[in-house]
Amino acid sequence: MVVDSSTPAVTAALVRVEDPELPGAGDPQVTVLAERVTVDGRAHGELLAPQIQAVLAEGGAAPGDLAAVVAGTGPGPFTGLRAGMVTAAALGHALDIPVYGVCSLDGIGHGQPGRLLVATDARRKEVYWAVYSGGVRVDGPAVDKPAAVSVEVDAAAGDGADRYAEVFGLPLLPPRYPSARALAALAADRVRAKAPGETLTPRYLRRPDAVAPGERKPALP
Amino acid sequence: MKTEPLVLGIETSCDETGVGVVRGHTLLADEVASSVEEHARFGGVVPEVASRAHFEAMVPTVQRALDTAGITLADVDAIAVTAGPGLAGALLVGVAAAKAYALAAGKPIYGVNHLAAHVAVDTLEHGPLPEPAIALLVSGGHSSLLQVDDLAGRVEPLGATIDDAAGEAFDKVARLLGLPFPGGPPIDRAARDGQIVIPFPRGLSAARDLVEHRFDFSFSGLKTAVARWVEARQRAGEPVPVNDVAASFQEAVCDVLTNKAVDACLDRGVRTLVIGGGVAANSRIRALAQERCDKHGITLRVPRPKLCTDNGAMVAALGAHLVAAGAAPGALGLPTDSAMPITVVTA
Repeated sequence: MVVDSSTPAVTAALVRVEDPELPGAGDPQVTVLAERVTVDGRAHGELLAPQIQAVLAEGGAAPGDLAAVVAGTGPGPFTGLRAGMVTAAALGHALDIPVYGVCSLDGIGHGQPGRLLVATDARRKEVYWAVYSGGVRVDGPAVDKPAAVSVEVDAAAGDGADRYAEVFGLPLLPPRYPSARALAALAADRVRAKAPGETLTPRYLRRPDAVAPGERKPALP
Repeated sequence: MKTEPLVLGIETSCDETGVGVVRGHTLLADEVASSVEEHARFGGVVPEVASRAHFEAMVPTVQRALDTAGITLADVDAIAVTAGPGLAGALLVGVAAAKAYALAAGKPIYGVNHLAAHVAVDTLEHGPLPEPAIALLVSGGHSSLLQVDDLAGRVEPLGATIDDAAGEAFDKVARLLGLPFPGGPPIDRAARDGQIVIPFPRGLSAARDLVEHRFDFSFSGLKTAVARWVEARQRAGEPVPVNDVAASFQEAVCDVLTNKAVDACLDRGVRTLVIGGGVAANSRIRALAQERCDKHGITLRVPRPKLCTDNGAMVAALGAHLVAAGAAPGALGLPTDSAMPITVVTA
């Protein structure tokens, strides 16, 4: 099961990761059996679990058939990101199967040719960004104002790259949001090796907004 | 319908990650991971700090609760989770986790009201709740008077605070007195060595206020009155009698809360009063409520302090009550509602 909630695209996908050693293993070795993506930045908590249920049903699988959970670990707006990651963590815990984290931006940059800027919307007029060379992340992830992202690339991808296209001035490539297939492919070696699962750590990249209180205002005039 | 359902309850509405396991009215596990120390330097709960802590604590706390109860997820009849009211981002962590556990284990899910759960937790200590009952719920986020006709679905709000919650007033006065956050326990301790000598105001208790706000509370004026009293002392270069201020302030809060709660019982002809929420752990409110209930022949039910503050057992207790009552479970798409009204016991 692949889960990503780092962008407004709430994503759940049932994926088969084939063992290349097995006779008859297909190529590509990662097959998306069922996928649900709903673009709604304010309803991650409502949408995700029903989508997981739907892809299981469509793929003819029961929760107990799952071998692993792959979760996009952001960066992404905190509340939505956590909804997906805690879902993945609890699913793995309940089913006693490993959970593997993958940087969500890699779900956009994976397998892309040339030098690519991946940028997703970080709100507050900022983007989460990373740079890929031949599909491999070589810089980032980080969060900055679009104008402060100074990188040598051929093209850009992601909803943040689209939103601030005028600032970046780069040709825009798909996909707009992390691809479940790419996230699965990035975790495929761990899935095949039955590697130990991990304790997921969200890539917040920003500290919580909190300021220690200043001097109390006097109540007397 | 099971009379003694086994329910796992998850609570993340504020700064405590609580997971409890209950069978009927029997408490099997009550595990709480608190982020309160991370909030202390901010003088109040920081929502994002709380949400991050919930995320980290969720799976380990669920595992601890299952271990303590000596069960597995497959054994439970249902999963209950606080759907509101509370901090939106914090609620979402618990609800998303609960949905994943429910989905994975193939169990029904109940998204329940945090305030109703504060009432339900008392059944773990004192057995089934006589209905109707009056409930006084007082914490850092809530101060409400309710009439509970049916804990599984019919709860009527009688009144609530029109400004600060009672626990919030404790926090603010503690800060004023240089006492640590959260303010409830240090004020309770300081008050034991103090005298009730300062006549602080009783909010919404004057005859003219009782017309429209008979069962409502106000603690903002009290907080300001304490601040003015303390500042006047400081400006005069006199020492501030912290223990006396704490005792007098605490008395003003507890006096109004218990007075109105008993008044509600008498007005409605109800013979049972339940007090819950973090402020119900305060020693003075427990003593004063007992005294006043005894005087009027009202049965007082207050859970032990550990069950008064936010926890998962209270959510499990309400869940078990709902399952036993045959209430319909929620959907996997159930939303959180940071302002969930008490008239909605389960979403």
